[in-house]
Amino acid sequence: MTTTKAGGALQITTPSDREVRITRGFDAPRQLVWDAYTRPELLKRWLGAMPGWSWAVCEMDVRPGGRYRWVWSGPEGAELALGGEYKEVVPIERLVTTEKWDQAWYPGEAVGTVELTERNGRTTLVTTLRYESKAARDVVLQSPATEGMGAGFNVLDALLASIATA
Amino acid sequence: MQPLGYGNLSAARLDATFAALADPTRRAILARLASGEASVRELAEPFTMSQAAISKHLKVLERAGLISHGRDAQRRPRKLEAAPLAEANEWLERYRQFWEETYGRLDLLLDEMKQTAKPRTSGRRATAKRKGRRER
Repeated sequence: MTTTKAGGALQITTPSDREVRITRGFDAPRQLVWDAYTRPELLKRWLGAMPGWSWAVCEMDVRPGGRYRWVWSGPEGAELALGGEYKEVVPIERLVTTEKWDQAWYPGEAVGTVELTERNGRTTLVTTLRYESKAARDVVLQSPATEGMGAGFNVLDALLASIATA
Repeated sequence: MQPLGYGNLSAARLDATFAALADPTRRAILARLASGEASVRELAEPFTMSQAAISKHLKVLERAGLISHGRDAQRRPRKLEAAPLAEANEWLERYRQFWEETYGRLDLLLDEMKQTAKPRTSGRRATAKRKGRRER
């Protein structure tokens, strides 16, 4: 289940019962990754660029206390929108934002923390999404988790591997 | 992020599946059953656990639909049911896929950005890079 791309394997874990963490390596210095996250003309190229959807609004005021607003238009007049505030902005290192969807597909507001570390010109990007409650996190994962989800992917990988070789 | 794409899976069923998978003993039982059906006594053998304790685990697995038992009234052999595992795997795959696709697009963009970056940054010495950054 691990896919190795130019950048490195994607890892998804649940560090606590309110969080999901996504880790991924990129074959680029972190200044570039930072730019791709914080400059609207670059962000629009990759985030939420799902087939059938296009950007309608991409406003972002990247500084502590600044706000952002992102809206996508989809098939048959569908719309997805979210917005929030930049809580922490430490250039090329750390970005903390709040996140709330107009469509409220999970309860409450989430806090997203993006951390960038660089080694030998490669960047590791760690995104941690913390939800208001375990219930909200579990809606996102569509897997009301219990402790079991903790090891989540690794557990299932290992189990499927052992079944495959049994 | 990640608003789309998985309305169809049964959350309750996945819940039961992941809860069942949470326990190492239950995972070991499933791995054992993957090689063929077995009675409670046979399943209990490799563990330092009573058959009663194993039976409790089996009940959890059964409720999650991960195992079923055979017709033999005496032995009641348990066997693995593959469907819920496949469903759980499908869900995990979708969540992963969303991020794989998203970051795949970011890879492409970063490649492009690297090509257009100033030639100066091609010097890979850490000190040179740090210096370069300060100048920005």
